[in-house]
Amino acid sequence: MSTTTEKPNDTAPNDTAPNDTAPNDITAPHAKNDQDKQPKPLSAAGRSLALGVLFGIVFGFLLQKGGVAKFHILIGQLLLEDFTVVKVMLSAVVVGMLGIHTLHRAEMVEFHIKPTRLASNVIGGLLFGCGFALSAYCPGTGAAALGQGNFDAIAMMVGMVAGSYVFAEASSWISRNLDPIGDKGKLTLFDFFPQNRTAVTLGSASLLVVVLIVLEFTTTR
Amino acid sequence: MILQTLSPALTSLAEVNPLEYSGPAWSPYLVGALIGVLSMLTFYFSNKPLGASTAYARAAGMLGNLTAPHHTQRLKYFQDNPPKIGWEFMLVLGVVIGAFVAAWSGNEWTGRLLPLMWQDRFGADSGLLRVLVAFCGGGLMAFGARMAGGCTSGHGISGTLQLAIGSWIAAICFFIGGIVTAMLMYAV
Repeated sequence: MSTTTEKPNDTAPNDTAPNDTAPNDITAPHAKNDQDKQPKPLSAAGRSLALGVLFGIVFGFLLQKGGVAKFHILIGQLLLEDFTVVKVMLSAVVVGMLGIHTLHRAEMVEFHIKPTRLASNVIGGLLFGCGFALSAYCPGTGAAALGQGNFDAIAMMVGMVAGSYVFAEASSWISRNLDPIGDKGKLTLFDFFPQNRTAVTLGSASLLVVVLIVLEFTTTR
Repeated sequence: MILQTLSPALTSLAEVNPLEYSGPAWSPYLVGALIGVLSMLTFYFSNKPLGASTAYARAAGMLGNLTAPHHTQRLKYFQDNPPKIGWEFMLVLGVVIGAFVAAWSGNEWTGRLLPLMWQDRFGADSGLLRVLVAFCGGGLMAFGARMAGGCTSGHGISGTLQLAIGSWIAAICFFIGGIVTAMLMYAV
């Protein structure tokens, strides 16, 4: 009996409180837009999610057309017989490198540099590579593989979720014991040549173009 | 049970050549260049680099919050990266849709569990083996991606194009680990 009598008492103040502020609470993400009567129908969060789907659709379309969602093309790359994956990646890096550095010079974008942690980069990278070959998909191309009808990609995606949770279990140990080894912070090539950012960018892009030209003339696919 | 499924597959390993299967629909240079342009757009409009692996970690955290909320909220990774449906999750959802449109428009819908090259190597009855291997591969990739700080798109494209040293190291290690494992699986 005590619980049933307590319940209304407990919830009563909670019930009245939201009623007072109901218009603000219920439409919290949209509240500003509604009050200011802005023409934009989406909140900032909604716009971000919509852009995410839109960019994802374009990304998935390109991954599938580029063949990198295909099992044999990914395995062919790792067997060093089919260089489609490296050609796609390096072309994307060259164009993105030139484009994003141009936008950055014009102060239109921010960089998002990930920290250099030698031990974690190397060990995590090798583990990733092993899983990359076992599943023959990577996190992005696996989603594209599912989109083109490769149902084994579902097992890989479930495995990704499980592996992420296992990592979270180990995350405090890894951040204490492995991340500090060779921790160089957000290190980039510009830290070695800070005065010549444009030259470094152009030089790196040119080097990758040379690699692409060599690949074009030495590989069958 | 695992050994029973492994043994028929492992005794009849056929030689396979990846170049005997269909190639890409579009030029890899064109696709790569367009992905480069796409990465400019995500930096400009969303202030985010292209990356896919975070979405799976977010999903893991959300599932953890449903099943074991107290334990999940105590884990360091989820404290630093609160699980919620965000831009990255929507990106991966979009990738599935976009790839479906591409496959449908190009008559490349496969609609099968076993990729042809896998089937030719390990046999038509290796469905359970394939599911187990793909699951373990996904698990290793997620663990490795979180440890290294990103995946083939987050480090391999978005990180390397910003000339981040850690991204180049991680991306090269992706391929070293992948080449060794693939050679053991398909070339021995």
